[in-house]
Amino acid sequence: MNGPEPTLQARGLECVRSDSLLFSDLNFSVRAGQVLQIEGPNGSGKTSLLRILAGLTPPNDGEVLWRGENIVRRRFAFLSEVAYLGHQLGLKAELSVEENLRLSLALSGLSFSPVRLSEALQTVGLMGREDTPARALSAGQRQRITLARLILSTATLWILDEPFTALDSSGVSLVEMLLEAHLNHGGLAVLTSHQTVRLYGGLIKLALA
Amino acid sequence: MRQMASPFLALLKRDLLLAFRHRGELANPLLFFLIVVTLYPLGVSPEEALLRKIAPGVIWIAALLAALYSLENMFRSDFDDGSLEQMALSPYPLSLLVVAKVLAHWLVSGLPMLLLAPVLALFLSMPGPALAVLELTLLIGTPLLSLIGSIGVALTVGLRRGGILLTLLVLPLYIPVLIFATNAVSAAAAGMPVAGQLYFLAAMLVLALTLAPLATAAALRISLS
Repeated sequence: MNGPEPTLQARGLECVRSDSLLFSDLNFSVRAGQVLQIEGPNGSGKTSLLRILAGLTPPNDGEVLWRGENIVRRRFAFLSEVAYLGHQLGLKAELSVEENLRLSLALSGLSFSPVRLSEALQTVGLMGREDTPARALSAGQRQRITLARLILSTATLWILDEPFTALDSSGVSLVEMLLEAHLNHGGLAVLTSHQTVRLYGGLIKLALA
Repeated sequence: MRQMASPFLALLKRDLLLAFRHRGELANPLLFFLIVVTLYPLGVSPEEALLRKIAPGVIWIAALLAALYSLENMFRSDFDDGSLEQMALSPYPLSLLVVAKVLAHWLVSGLPMLLLAPVLALFLSMPGPALAVLELTLLIGTPLLSLIGSIGVALTVGLRRGGILLTLLVLPLYIPVLIFATNAVSAAAAGMPVAGQLYFLAAMLVLALTLAPLATAAALRISLS
């Protein structure tokens, strides 16, 4: 399943949204140990680009390659290695923190022990909240649940859409710490953010007009 | 295969758990079914011969409308909170996850109607053999309604006010189910053979079970992109 080097490549991507061209002939590549930060004003197509990279939206032209192969053709292999964190968190308000995490990981065929769960919750600052319904948590805490999902997943490629929005300053440094650890384990990430991301290395930037 | 079962069962379990925590909403379509049927003797006529004659149609029309009414919730909340996105990003086939969702939907909306129908049938003085056939047609027919409906819901879930469109899309496909099912029950009441109609319904179920999840998964991907 693991082919050559984990690399995400974009080749000649083009995206048209409601009759206006957001970007065209977009080429880049992200290697293991690198974070690509996509910058640009509102409506410049950052989220659209992330959705194309995750395979949620087909591009109008061009292709996305993972480990050198088209992500549409190698769907299973690609999606087994991706964690996507979108604008909507994908959490059920009526379910507890643990139930939410169990389901979202089961969708990738993964499971975890109670020990790993409490470790992950401790890392994101939700210790002892396993049984709290997501509805009873604040926006920032809910975002922290999705960070716990990243910790528990085995994904190599993280695609994060505005991961800092609802987080306080300790949350921001938590995301940076998680990214750092992820890169050290040979992972890679693509994210959009208006903030400056402080990483020791491996940060590359792409500006959308 | 073992690996395939895990996301399927997890999703099924989650949907049943959510339904259980929303019991109030769950009861709505069922209550609708109950009210429509019980209003007939009051509104039309309490005459036994007439009720017996219209009973199959009344129960089936009420079941069909209740099914239609319950459809919209199938993917709505998952679409709104981003769970559907996560499902589409699962490495496992989306059509498999769709089957889990439809099954959960049927268990909480179709199955209770199946359990309620005999009581209502007695209420409309339906004879015994017809009652058995009514149950059979509901057993085959209600999953069929859920499966056909899932395609329509998947197509309209991205629209804010998809309700009317959903009805227009789905209703024509519900008509054959209604015709064969009521015809079978009426035939049974008259003491005639019903195997033909039941086989036809069963064939439609097999067809829907094979094709509807694929169509629904494709429609969901369109709604998401």
